Amino acid sequence: MNEIVPVVEMTDIAIGFPGVKALDGVDFRLFQGEVHALMGENGAGKSTLIKALTGVYTIDSGTVTVLGEPKRFSTPGESQAAGISTVYQEVNLCPNLTVEENVLLGREPRRRGSIDWKGVRSRTREVLAELQLDHIDPGSLLSTHSIAVQQLIAIARSVEINAKVLILDEPTSSLDADEVSQLFRVIRDLRDRGVAILFVSHFLEQVYEISDRMTVLRNGKLVGEYLTRDLSRMSLISKMIGKDLEALAELDQAPARTRASNGAGLTPFVEARGLGRKGSVSNVDLSIYPGEVVGLAGLLGAGRTEIARLFFGADKADEGTIKVKGTGQKIRSPRAAIDKRIGFCSEDRKEEGLIGDLTLRDNLVLAMQASKGWARRIPRRVQDELVAEYIEALDIRPANPDALIRNLSGGNQQKVLLARWLVTHPELLILDEPTRGIDIGAKTQIQKLVNKLAADGMSILFISSELEEVLRVSDRVAVIKDRAMVAEINNDGVSVEDVMTVIAGGAQ
Amino acid sequence: MKSLSKHRLAWPVIALAALLLLNQVFRPDFMSLRMQDGHLYGSLIDIMRNGAPTILIALGMTLVIATRGIDLSVGAVVAIAGAASCAYIAASPEPGSPVTAATAVLIAVVAGLALGVWNGFLVSTIGVQPIIATLVLMTAGRGVAQLITGGQIVSVSNDSYKSIGAGYLFTLPISILITAAVFALAAVLTRRTALGTLIEAVGINPVASRLAGLRARNIIWIVYVFSAVCAAIAGLMISSNVTAADANNAGLYIEMDAILAVVIGGTSLAGGRYTLVGTVVGAFIIQTLTTTVYTLGIPPEVTLVFKALVVITVCLLQAPKARNLFTRLKAAPKPAAQEAVKEKVAI
Repeated sequence: MNEIVPVVEMTDIAIGFPGVKALDGVDFRLFQGEVHALMGENGAGKSTLIKALTGVYTIDSGTVTVLGEPKRFSTPGESQAAGISTVYQEVNLCPNLTVEENVLLGREPRRRGSIDWKGVRSRTREVLAELQLDHIDPGSLLSTHSIAVQQLIAIARSVEINAKVLILDEPTSSLDADEVSQLFRVIRDLRDRGVAILFVSHFLEQVYEISDRMTVLRNGKLVGEYLTRDLSRMSLISKMIGKDLEALAELDQAPARTRASNGAGLTPFVEARGLGRKGSVSNVDLSIYPGEVVGLAGLLGAGRTEIARLFFGADKADEGTIKVKGTGQKIRSPRAAIDKRIGFCSEDRKEEGLIGDLTLRDNLVLAMQASKGWARRIPRRVQDELVAEYIEALDIRPANPDALIRNLSGGNQQKVLLARWLVTHPELLILDEPTRGIDIGAKTQIQKLVNKLAADGMSILFISSELEEVLRVSDRVAVIKDRAMVAEINNDGVSVEDVMTVIAGGAQ
Repeated sequence: MKSLSKHRLAWPVIALAALLLLNQVFRPDFMSLRMQDGHLYGSLIDIMRNGAPTILIALGMTLVIATRGIDLSVGAVVAIAGAASCAYIAASPEPGSPVTAATAVLIAVVAGLALGVWNGFLVSTIGVQPIIATLVLMTAGRGVAQLITGGQIVSVSNDSYKSIGAGYLFTLPISILITAAVFALAAVLTRRTALGTLIEAVGINPVASRLAGLRARNIIWIVYVFSAVCAAIAGLMISSNVTAADANNAGLYIEMDAILAVVIGGTSLAGGRYTLVGTVVGAFIIQTLTTTVYTLGIPPEVTLVFKALVVITVCLLQAPKARNLFTRLKAAPKPAAQEAVKEKVAI
C-alpha cells in the first residue's frame, strides 16, 4: 500500500482565524478507490480541512499534493481543475436550470459555436445511465426534484468532469433511508471505478456501512488514521471526544425523562385549535402545558417546520385559533410571539439564525436587545456576565466572546443560538432540529438541557428527524403527516416502531 | 505591524497620508496653519471646510448602506433645504434678523426630516427597493426645489445665516464644528445605544434579525431620516456659503461623492459592518484630491482622470483579492509549524 501514491496528500496543514486555531499540523491522505470518512466532533476541523482542500480557504502552512504534484489552491476553481469535486449538504447547483444544463454547465458540447442541445441530452443520459439513474428526466427542472435526487445529479456532474476526488459533505443529513441506500449504491459504484471519495457524516452507522478508512480529528489536531474494520464504535467515539470509555458510558445513558404530569385542571401555555395556513399546513390541534416537552414526529417535508413557524408568527396563520395562557391571541410576527415569551430556534442556522459578521456576544444578546429596543442598550457589564454564564453553562468553544460567530463550528453556533433564547427566559421554546449536523457530545448536552429546562417549568416544542431522539426527550408526541396533524401519542414506553406505524397508518 | 496593516482603516489612512505628503512636497507651506484676525487659516482647514457637506452626507449614507440600502436623494434634499430656507428668508419681512435665520434653519431641518420619513416609508413599509425609492426623490426633489425658488436663484443677505457656511467660532469655521458635532452625535447614537449593532444585524442577515424579534422597519426608518437630515444641514451649509439657493446645481452629484467616501472608507455596499471614522477619512481623501489637483497644477481636462486613478487605487487596495495578492507577494515562506500531536495507529 505504501508504494501507491495517494491521490491527495495533505501534510502539516495549519489554518487560523482571528480568535480560532482551526487546524494545527494536520496530515491527511486519500487513496484511489477508497471511501475515506473524516470524523470528529463539531469544531474538530472537518469542514475547515475540506475547505482547505477545495480552495475555499487558503492554508497558512503545510503542503497539499494531488497525484504527487504539489498544489496550492486559493480558489475553488483551481481545486476543481485538479479533479476535486465537492457535493455539499445544501446542493450547489442552479435550481432554475434543467438537469442536463446543470450536469454540463460550462462544458456543453458545441457545434459551430452554439450549444449542441442534442449532444447535451445524450451526454447527460449517458452519465445518468452510468450511475443507474435512468429514471431521471434530463429535461426536467432541477427544482422539481428532491434534495436527494439533486445530490445524485451533483454527483453525476462530477462523474461527467471525470473527478478523481469526490467530497461528500454531510450528504445524508436530509435523506430518508431509501434515499441513503440509493446514494450508497452510487458511492460504491464510483469507488469501484477508482474514484477517491471523502465522506463526512455524523451518522456513525452510515460511516461504518460505507467507509474503508477514517481519519479522526479533534480540536483542530490529528488524532489518527484507522482502518474502519479495525476500529470499534466505542473507541472511535472516545477518540473523537477525547474521553475514556467509562466517561462515555455515562454520557451514553439516555437522560431518562421524568414525565411531567399535565393535570387536567392546568391551563396549557399555548393551545392551538384548527390552526392552519393556506398552502402550508392545516388542522393543527395542539396544546403544550408548562413544563412539558412535546415532540413533533413526521417525515421530512411533512410540515413540522411550518407548524413551528405558525406558533412563532414567522408565518401568519389564516385559519384556526391560538390561545396563550387561556386567552385568544393572534400571533402576527416573531416580535409578537417574543413578547408573549415564545422563542424559536430555526433549523436553518445560517440563513435564519446567525448574524455571521457579528461576534458571539452580539449574537447571544440579540433577541434580548431586540425586545428592549435600540435605545436601551444592555450595558456591556451585563452582556459580559450573560455571555460568560452561557459559555460556561453550554460549554461553548472557543470561549471567546469576541470571536466572529461565522468562525465557530456548527455545534457551537447552535449553542449560541440556544443561549440567545435562554437569556430571554421564554415560557415556550420551539426547537427545530436543534441537534442536526452536530456531534454526539453536543447532542447529548442539548438533550439534557431540554430536560432541565422543562423540569424548570418551560414548555418545549421539540422537532427532530430522529424519532429516537424525539421519543427520548418528549412527554407527548404529535405525529405530522402530509401537512396535517394526524395523531397525538402519550409517550409512555412508545417505541419508534409504534410511531412509524402511525405515520405509515393512513397511507392509503 | 502585520495586524496594523490588516486593520480595516489601514489603507484609507495610508492613502490620505500619502496624498497629504504629496501636497507637502510640492508646496512646503501646505501643512502650516496661521492665525489671522482670530481665525485659523491653512490648506488643511480649507480641506475640512470644503469637505464638510460631503462628510455630513456621507455619515448618513454610511448608516443607510449598512442596512443594505442606498440613498440617491441626498443631492435633491440639499437643493430643497437650501431653497426652502433661502426662500423663507427672502420673503420674510425682516430678511436680516437672526430670528429669521433660525426659523429658516428650522424649516430646512424639518423639510429634511419629512423627506427622510418619505424615503423610509417607501423602503421599510411599502418595501420598494432602496435604489428605486430614493430615485423618486432624486428626480422629483429638484423639481420641488425649483417650485420653491420659482425657477430663480434666490439670493439672501443675512449675516447670521451666512455664518453657518462661512462663519467662525472659537477660531474654527462653524461648518467644521457643525460636522464634528453631527459626527459625535452619530457615534454616540449608534455605539452608546444598541442602534449600531442592530443596524449591522439587519444589514448582515435581515431574515435572522426578524426571527430574533428585531423591528427592522423602525431601524430602516431611522437611518433614512438621519440621512435626509444630514443632507438638509449640508444644504444649509452650501446655500449659506454662497448666500443663495440654486435649485439646479446645489448638491449636484454629491450623492456620488458620499457613496464613494463610504466605500473608500471601508464600508461594503453589501451592507453589514460599517465604520463612521472610515467614512470621514474617505471624504477627506476625496476633498484632498480636489486640493491636490490645484496644488500640482494639473490641467483641468485631466483632473477627472487623475481622480479616477486615485480612487481605483484605493478601492483595489481594499478589495480582499487584491489584498491577498499583495500580502502573498510580501510573505516569505514560513518555517514549518510546530509538530503535530499524533497518535499512532495501534490497534
